[in-house]
Amino acid sequence: MHSSISLSLSSSSPITVRSYGGATSNSSASDLFLRNTSAPTQLRFCGLRREAFTGCKSSSNAPLLKQLRHNSTISASLNGNGTPSKGFDYDLVIIGAGVGGHGAALHAVEKGLKTAIIEGDVVGGTCVNRGCVPSKALLAVSGRMRELQNEHHMKSFGLQVAAAGYDRQGVADHAENLATKIRNNLTNSMKSLGVDILTGVGTVVGPQKVKYGKVGGTETVITAKDIIIATGSVPFVPKGVEVDGKTVITSDHALKLETVPEWIVIVGSGYIGLEFSDVYTALGSEVTFVEALDQLMPGFDPEIGKLAQRVLINPRKIDYHTGVFATKITPAKDGKPVIIELIDAKTKEPKDTLEVDAALIATGRAPFTQGLGLENVNVETQRGFIPVDERMRVIDSKGELVPHLYCIGDANGKMMLAHAASAQGISVVEQVSGKDHVLNHLSIPAACFTHPEISMVGLTEPQAREKAEKEGFEIGIAKTSFKANTKALAENEGEGIAKLIYRPDNGEILGVHIFGMHAADLIHEASNAIALGTRIQDIKYAVHAHPTLSEVIDELFKSAKVKNDVSSAVAEPVAV
Amino acid sequence: MAHLLNSSFTPTPTTTLRRPHHPLTAPTTRRPTQIHAKIREIFMPALSSTMTEGKIVSWIKSEGDKLSKGESVVVVESDKADMDVETFYDGYLAAIMVEEGGVAAVGSAIALLAESEDEIAQAVYKAKNQSASAPAPAQASASAPEPAQASAPATAPAQTLAPALASAPARVASAHPASEGGKRVVASPYAKKLAKELNVDLGLVVGSGPMGRVVAKDVEAAAVAAALAVAEPGKAVAEPVKPDGVELGSVVPFTTMQGAVSRNMVESLAVPTFRVGYTITTDALDALYKKIKPKGVTMTALLAKATALALAKHPVVNSSCRDGKSFTYNSNINVAVAVAIDGGLITPVLQNADKVDIYSLSRKWKELVDKARAKQLQPHEYTTGTFTLSNLGMFGVDRFDAILPPGTGAIMAVGASEPTVVATKDGRIGMKTQMQVNVTADHRVIYGADLAQFLQTLAKIIEDPKDLTF
Repeated sequence: MHSSISLSLSSSSPITVRSYGGATSNSSASDLFLRNTSAPTQLRFCGLRREAFTGCKSSSNAPLLKQLRHNSTISASLNGNGTPSKGFDYDLVIIGAGVGGHGAALHAVEKGLKTAIIEGDVVGGTCVNRGCVPSKALLAVSGRMRELQNEHHMKSFGLQVAAAGYDRQGVADHAENLATKIRNNLTNSMKSLGVDILTGVGTVVGPQKVKYGKVGGTETVITAKDIIIATGSVPFVPKGVEVDGKTVITSDHALKLETVPEWIVIVGSGYIGLEFSDVYTALGSEVTFVEALDQLMPGFDPEIGKLAQRVLINPRKIDYHTGVFATKITPAKDGKPVIIELIDAKTKEPKDTLEVDAALIATGRAPFTQGLGLENVNVETQRGFIPVDERMRVIDSKGELVPHLYCIGDANGKMMLAHAASAQGISVVEQVSGKDHVLNHLSIPAACFTHPEISMVGLTEPQAREKAEKEGFEIGIAKTSFKANTKALAENEGEGIAKLIYRPDNGEILGVHIFGMHAADLIHEASNAIALGTRIQDIKYAVHAHPTLSEVIDELFKSAKVKNDVSSAVAEPVAV
Repeated sequence: MAHLLNSSFTPTPTTTLRRPHHPLTAPTTRRPTQIHAKIREIFMPALSSTMTEGKIVSWIKSEGDKLSKGESVVVVESDKADMDVETFYDGYLAAIMVEEGGVAAVGSAIALLAESEDEIAQAVYKAKNQSASAPAPAQASASAPEPAQASAPATAPAQTLAPALASAPARVASAHPASEGGKRVVASPYAKKLAKELNVDLGLVVGSGPMGRVVAKDVEAAAVAAALAVAEPGKAVAEPVKPDGVELGSVVPFTTMQGAVSRNMVESLAVPTFRVGYTITTDALDALYKKIKPKGVTMTALLAKATALALAKHPVVNSSCRDGKSFTYNSNINVAVAVAIDGGLITPVLQNADKVDIYSLSRKWKELVDKARAKQLQPHEYTTGTFTLSNLGMFGVDRFDAILPPGTGAIMAVGASEPTVVATKDGRIGMKTQMQVNVTADHRVIYGADLAQFLQTLAKIIEDPKDLTF
């Protein structure tokens, strides 16, 4: 079990890195390794954490890692959970054992804090159980199906494959097994470090005081010096939509893959919807997207979205309705199909009625913050989200900070990505252990695991143009194509582009967007550069192995035209 | 995307090949003289030094759209990348000459740009002429000194096929509950895509999917039905195929539509058809015909009427099998009759042929034939047949075999009516005029006895045709 953890951590493998992202959607995942998105010191912790995870005490790497350490408290972390401050049961109590809570807990132990984590459901939260992790298993299947079904593609390799088929239950089991495995890994990693896993629903009863327990059962009150709320989110189901879990479903149900409908409507064309369209079409379904905005794939850089549509939508058995709301969705019953009523998003006039075999609601995710006892500390949620400042400190109804109370992840709505939650958790632990820390959200990458993948970090072109106009600087755009990359051509996967948005005056990277093979793994060179403040004029001299896909990014940096070719100071992190 | 990158490991320094914008419109000197000065050709640009041909990925603009200088018009796939290509002139996109997915040599015309709206029609006319005169599909390697001639392989066949494709005879109003009596079309996403590709009118396709939904195979079947109609023997007799445009000894790959036809031809073998023949004496019918011919009654109308009356007594022969699980009993008896017309074959439909009197039916038939010749038939006039008649008797064919159009239950092949020596029951030898009919039917719904009884009824009606005139 441990060795598999170390594997998943030591590479940003698609199993663990993940993201359902964008302003409204989320759920996902990640991976603890993505924490290197903040400050340089954080990077070193990552290496350490890997050691802690595997329980590898005699590794030959240990001396090296020790040299990297800045801070002597780390060595304490390896000895297990710390002892609490005077007068408190714990130094840190985290409500919610998803990826955010898990990341915070591990880091807290490293910092020598006595830590407890409260979970009312299963360890791992949305990402591991109902999000990025099982969806990666389904996408791994769909990617292979797609390849095997593409006779032309196979022929161009000189391969001959008989008709590819699949066993639905086998595919579903793969997803379920993966989730179980990762969930156990997560649980064990916390147990082995001595984090107390408390079972039950956690409620804030007052400052620095939390109770937990089974609903209707005995409840225990514990005190903590600091509290982190990390309760995550649930699928958002719009008004008028009746979810029956069989024919009208959310991602929670879809990941179990109990059926593969002939024709499924996917409401919402963000990350979740796109990934499921990839899975369903590979398994033989036909898909209709219903998107409220005028364009499919809102939230992506428009140019990337356009190309993605050309590759991921148009040639597949997919059609779409844009600029419409699904006002009423009735599940199939009494021999009638699923009925979806559409109205025009602007005029509100009835537009169309669809009759299909199933509907997947992928309209984003809603924060799960009910029953947290927020009224006990005078906090009012905003559309369900818990208001926080740039340091994840909770803000009460009077606009003042609630001392010792933090909220990370989907529950605060800043950036609904699993690895963002984890990074926020680490940032909070840094603060409560005495070091000020602000997370640069613009350096957090996001990825969509379609075939091929889409990934991005920083600003989109329109966002960058708006910022440039406001702040009076120019922007430059550089693009490279996968068609010019040797490795991509060897794989017969030349479809794709990478796009860099930058400041020609000082070489700052504003955003990078990639659409193409393994885009999700390629983005980290750019996100790390943004996190560390590396400028184009510096990174362009870095060497990339040939032939690799990473040369697409290498080319990107080399093709940028920076006017002032002098290295400059590292930019300050930007809070969102 | 206005530039390309070299591969990183070429011997030359890895520099960006920056190209400004690719001028789409040719310089004046290259413009063929017959093109009016204000109609410009949009050429396939050379997007890289090694590019000899380009594939149209997608047209960003549609025909009739106003373009302003610098706007992206089309996405072209070169050997290295997909590029948005911009126009250098203001104007209107008058005619697209190479459709999406088509390939054109560098320098060949892919569309026409009209300067003003008034000139669109003129440009469209030019485009048509050029398409028609384009010989074989463009040679990729041609450096295209005459770009207009070397271009547009895709449009010409598509246009000529369109009417034929739409003439699939097997149509009944969709039974889908959401269709509101056929007003709404419920078709799956892939069915819609295919319909667009194969030029099939979805409103006229019978759905066999869940709840009567139109699915991909229905569209393919409809396309095949149309193609089959074209391929029926009548055409070859009526209009010998001209050998022009076919290079002997060459192998010509199927177009998308032909590919679909081929697939479905094979697939149609899955429909278990069988044939039952019958010889009918037509003396009485001929006599009746002679009598009422001055009133404008045609033999076709008489045969259609007789068939319809027989069908009324045997509704199962007027039914079809759409999903392999059920009988679809059609509420109307619509007899489609195959007619050879210039450039193909079409199946005008005599609706409710059992109810309409013979005189009205004859007038209707004349009207339909006139419209068919003028290519003015409306879809409901040639697509709603529930039973098809194909008559080659006028060519002296005494018997033949028809292929069942998908979506219907049966088709009847009618041979020539000829004087025949027969032995009668009273032991004499006599002369009678007889014709042979041969019905092809789907055995899933129509059984041998059904056809036999139907043919017996039909023979009775024809041999004693008083009911035909009421």
